[in-house]
Amino acid sequence: MSVIRTRALTKTYGSLVAVDHLNLDVRPGEVFGLLGPNGAGKTTTILMLLGLSEPTEGHAEVAGFDPTRDPLEVKRRVGYLPDQVGFYGNLTGRQNLRYTARLNRLNEREIEGRIGGLLDQVGLADVADRTVDTYSRGMLQRLGLADALVKDPSVVILDEPTTAIDPAGVVEVLASIRSIARDRGAAVLLSSHLLHQVQQVCDRVAIFVAGKVVAQGTMRRLAEQMAGDTLQIEVGLEGPADALEPALRAVPGVHEAVRDEHDPRVWRVTGSRALQQRLAGELVSRGVAVWHLRRVGDDLDEIYMRYFANNKEVGDGRAA
Amino acid sequence: MAARPEARLGGLRETVSAALARLRSGGDVGDRVPSGGWRVVADKEFGDHVLSVRLFILVAVLGLAAVGAIYSTSTFVRSNAQQAAGAPGLFVLLFSAQSPSSQIPSFATLIGLLGPLLGIAFGFDAINGERAERTLPRLVAQPIHRDDVINGKFAAGLAAIGLVLVAITVLVSGVAFFELGIVPGPDDVARVVAWLAATIVYVGFWLAFAMLCSVALRRAATSALAAISVWLVLTLFASLLTGIAAGILAPLPANPTLDQQVANAQLQLDLARISPGELYGEATAYLLNPSVQSVGIIMPSQQAAALPSILPFEQSLLLSWPQGVALVALTVVCFGAAYVAFMRQEIRA
Ligand SMILES: Nc1ncnc2c1ncn2[C@@H]1O[C@H](COP(=O)(O)OP(=O)(O)OP(=O)(O)O)[C@@H](O)[C@H]1O
Ligand SMILES: [Mg+2]
Repeated sequence: MSVIRTRALTKTYGSLVAVDHLNLDVRPGEVFGLLGPNGAGKTTTILMLLGLSEPTEGHAEVAGFDPTRDPLEVKRRVGYLPDQVGFYGNLTGRQNLRYTARLNRLNEREIEGRIGGLLDQVGLADVADRTVDTYSRGMLQRLGLADALVKDPSVVILDEPTTAIDPAGVVEVLASIRSIARDRGAAVLLSSHLLHQVQQVCDRVAIFVAGKVVAQGTMRRLAEQMAGDTLQIEVGLEGPADALEPALRAVPGVHEAVRDEHDPRVWRVTGSRALQQRLAGELVSRGVAVWHLRRVGDDLDEIYMRYFANNKEVGDGRAA
Repeated sequence: MAARPEARLGGLRETVSAALARLRSGGDVGDRVPSGGWRVVADKEFGDHVLSVRLFILVAVLGLAAVGAIYSTSTFVRSNAQQAAGAPGLFVLLFSAQSPSSQIPSFATLIGLLGPLLGIAFGFDAINGERAERTLPRLVAQPIHRDDVINGKFAAGLAAIGLVLVAITVLVSGVAFFELGIVPGPDDVARVVAWLAATIVYVGFWLAFAMLCSVALRRAATSALAAISVWLVLTLFASLLTGIAAGILAPLPANPTLDQQVANAQLQLDLARISPGELYGEATAYLLNPSVQSVGIIMPSQQAAALPSILPFEQSLLLSWPQGVALVALTVVCFGAAYVAFMRQEIRA
């Protein structure tokens, strides 16, 4: 059972297709990452899920309701952090959250306790009674996270929740995102182009390029999909290049060995799956010193880069 | 120490909003929450207006001008007090009469002149202000209808305008009462209340117009400038424009007949009545001056028929009714335009 479901969801602006026949399924208790470069259509998708923008085609269902037909029912259940979140500068952080709580018709008696707890959770308890004018951008983003949780949502949609937050803060914010899903059982949909962060926190991701999902699934599955029968390994070797290349090619299973453009000591080796276990041993037995070995493509960065690279090629091809 | 005034202001806000919540729930703060989202928006906006610097500036400027106008009129009234003593409608004349020897306009003229500024001040950044602060996406993502945003802001603006106007009218009445000892009769009170209602609608028109600008124009400064320009053009050049238009539509030859003159003048008047300022001026003339029986073109034959008497309030109200209805209609149309424009706009960008 999925709590966010889209089928052939499409949005066009004139001739530009911002979101192209999108199919997504997000389950309760899950953190789902929408990953894509600038202009991929992440924000557009989110606005359609909230009923703030009309789909051109297709349909969506969020928390059991159609955002186009029952926007109020959807908005009652969905906490939303916009990509460039803003608050009323003349009010304090606490007053801003109180306004959101009232807009959600929360019981006046419960509001104060709820707000206090959330401010604590996002680390703003000390500045809660200062006007928002005096907040830094990271503080605004934390307040935005608290704001999204005021209504005790069953679905949380976060548009680039960590962009302005410092590294230590990111760890905390990611931890609270995890706990939103784990402890509250809410479904979390977050958009980002910060891959490592998404990797840390998301159960599943969809990679989104030019309005289309090019890959979807758990990190492991994406990596496997990418790899196929061949894999790529990055090795750092000591020694003269002209001696190393024949040595690498001599290892059974190696199809190709290319030297890194930036670091001449690093090689990218493509070959059969079996290489993963064998490469280091084979090289050492041939008297080559190995100081670095890493499987490429495990990590979302690689997956992502590969899609982006493919995408670029398409673009370059068009330009040439 | 430095944080003190701010903290106190914050405290005031709590008090205001708690009082409002109590009022709404009939003394029992708690379970009862407002039914319409627009009321939550209106509460917050009204709280902002009440504590805003612009409200203090407006009250100070309008208050000073009003007291000045009343003093000027009252010296005139006092010097004629012998004839005037006990005359019915003396109290409202204080609001509307201008001393012939003075440059200072009457209180009613002054409000007619400066009132639009009040409306513009509370509306010019209604929507584009939310955009500039990037609060709009968050606001419309809450479980309220999108029109609750603009309705709530309009209601809060009207309430703030009403508050300012009532405060100034009470101030002026107080001056009239204590300085001159003029006691208003029931007829006077009714006239002032009706005039206040007309004024709120008139200023409400400018509020709606400023809100339309705030929807259509992205920057608050541009929107304020646009609204003020339209107001100035209407105030300064309205008679010029209607004169030109009437000259084209009902031209006057070198030696016009009386009929031609009347036709031209009537057309000018009809055209002028498109302007809310003209409508408001006419309504004010009826309501605040019991001896005014017509604001149209008066032919000598009609003048003889018109009784040189003082009308009861009901008669004046009846006379001003068409202007009042037209004023309400203009305001509704203007707000309707702002509403539709807002509903059709993309939330983003
Ligand atoms: N109102 C609009 N009119 C025309 N085009 C638009 C409009 N809004 C968005 N777009 C286009 O739609 C595409 C998708 O934009 P969107 O904001 O969804 O991207 P995004 O994935 O959120 O990017 P980012 O990472 O930069 O936030 C972009 O090419 C953008 O130019
Ligand atoms: Mg975006």
